[in-house]
Amino acid sequence: MRYIDPHVHMTSRTTDDYEAMRQAGVVAIIEPAFWMGQPRTQVGTFQDYYSHLIGFERFRASQFGIKHYCTIGLNSKEANNEALAEEVMELLPLFVSKEGVVGVGEIGYDDQTAAEDKYYRLQLELAKEVNLPVQIHTPHRDKKKGTLRSMEVALEHGLDPGMVIVDHNNEETVQDVLDRGFWAAFTIYPHTKMGNERMVEVVKHYGPERIFINSAADWGISDPLAVPKTAQLMLERGLPLDTVERVTYRNALAAFGQSGQMPETDWLTAAAIDQSMKFSGNSILRGGQTPKVEAADTRIIR
Amino acid sequence: MTDKHSQDYLVAVLTLHLPERGQVWLRTQLENPLPEKALYLAFSLVPRFTGKHPLPLTGSQLQEAGQLRLGFNPEGWTADQATRTLLLLRVAHQSPAEYSAVINRLFKTADLNELAALYAALPLLPYPETHVLRAAEGVRTTMTSVFDAIALGNPYPYDYLPQEAWNQLVLKAVFNARPLYRIYGLDQRRNEPLAHMLLDYAHERWAAGRTLTPEVWRLVGPYLTADSLPDVRRLLHSDDALQVQAGTLALAESRLPAALALLSEASGTQVVGQERAARWERIGAQAYG
Repeated sequence: MRYIDPHVHMTSRTTDDYEAMRQAGVVAIIEPAFWMGQPRTQVGTFQDYYSHLIGFERFRASQFGIKHYCTIGLNSKEANNEALAEEVMELLPLFVSKEGVVGVGEIGYDDQTAAEDKYYRLQLELAKEVNLPVQIHTPHRDKKKGTLRSMEVALEHGLDPGMVIVDHNNEETVQDVLDRGFWAAFTIYPHTKMGNERMVEVVKHYGPERIFINSAADWGISDPLAVPKTAQLMLERGLPLDTVERVTYRNALAAFGQSGQMPETDWLTAAAIDQSMKFSGNSILRGGQTPKVEAADTRIIR
Repeated sequence: MTDKHSQDYLVAVLTLHLPERGQVWLRTQLENPLPEKALYLAFSLVPRFTGKHPLPLTGSQLQEAGQLRLGFNPEGWTADQATRTLLLLRVAHQSPAEYSAVINRLFKTADLNELAALYAALPLLPYPETHVLRAAEGVRTTMTSVFDAIALGNPYPYDYLPQEAWNQLVLKAVFNARPLYRIYGLDQRRNEPLAHMLLDYAHERWAAGRTLTPEVWRLVGPYLTADSLPDVRRLLHSDDALQVQAGTLALAESRLPAALALLSEASGTQVVGQERAARWERIGAQAYG
């Protein structure tokens, strides 16, 4: 099977992860711009980070036969440094119209402060202006209210819910998101967000319409194979193949494909082209290395 | 050559090969000098209007390119790449410093394809001497497509890189198994320090039980010393026909009597000029299959 992981922070991951993802069938990934685990203090580090996402990380992924896309935005945590946020907002127009930028993200609320609200709104306007989908990060704390507020504000700014992906859903938020016509993304992330047995139940209950999953793997304890593992678990637990494909591939493609920057042909026809670049001439893969194979461990993520 | 000639050339090529939508868009961009912000946006948006297909350039178009700028070879250039290059030539500016500022900003915020287009465009840009540090920086990249854009089929490094940077370019091409025969001016800029570094590198590879491209010996031949003849002897005994040919050709370029003796021992003869270069090209063309 082919998978898309539409939310994964590869800059924080190793080449072992890339190898394992490719082996497991991940063909395309989306890396949302986020924070690095501690707040940045300079606008220059934002510029280099965005440039890294559309440059080196895209290249690094291609070495493993994976197409790398990204969303560009000012994340909610760092929106709280207003002086810096102002400077970052000036940078964003330089990046949002680059090739392979499939959305404005991940943006939204964290503490749900006034500053977060201000920059969330400004970025919704930017997304509208350049006609890109929006990838919304919903808060860990006061989640339900934050999720509802994210959607209300998006509607208030005249965004089409079909252009907005609400991320990090759970059993408590999904109904509201689907009712309002937004895309409902789920992050399979051990301990803090969704476990994948719960995810199976969500899909059994709500069906595959406008639902898709991601790993949000980053610098924390997370699993870059969350999408393929969950797909396997869904099949084992009796969900139809068509449903699993939608939740782990087609819906993400439909949602972010609206950017016009992520045609399926990129990976369906790119294989032959990328091969020529793959093992020759790079400082990442060395000739003669054999890919690491994951032990057949449990596919359940709790 | 002037920027104007390069612009005319690119416009002529693009008029033939851009889809209608791309032509219309490009005409609008070219009507007036673009304000800075509009330029950054246009530079990014190019492929949405032009597509990314390779330009089917004819022999005479390629020849014309070479006349525009000695060594300039847009073979394999794509529609978006040529269009981006044209935009670079149209940047409105009052001084070289102003021009550099815009170009630097484009480099700093470039995506993978944009970076490759920028580096490949260097030989056509105005104020070429102001881009030397940038070109040396480009050589340090680990991104293959970006490295190729500056190193292969690009006359800028030949014309402007100081020897240290030029040598790094060649070494890096060897290290990353890029085809040396596609580096413009390779023979003309051979030098002794480079030959020594490559000999050391060959020893390093051999010590690790690895092979290296036979093209390396193209750069070593004229600088062979008595000390390095055992290395060439090793090539002559290789199972790989290309390594044997490379060893023979390297000897054929040496003025060392001992090298010439080894050459006749290997039943080789001296080869000069065009024929020698042609043989190296053939070795190169076969070496990366």
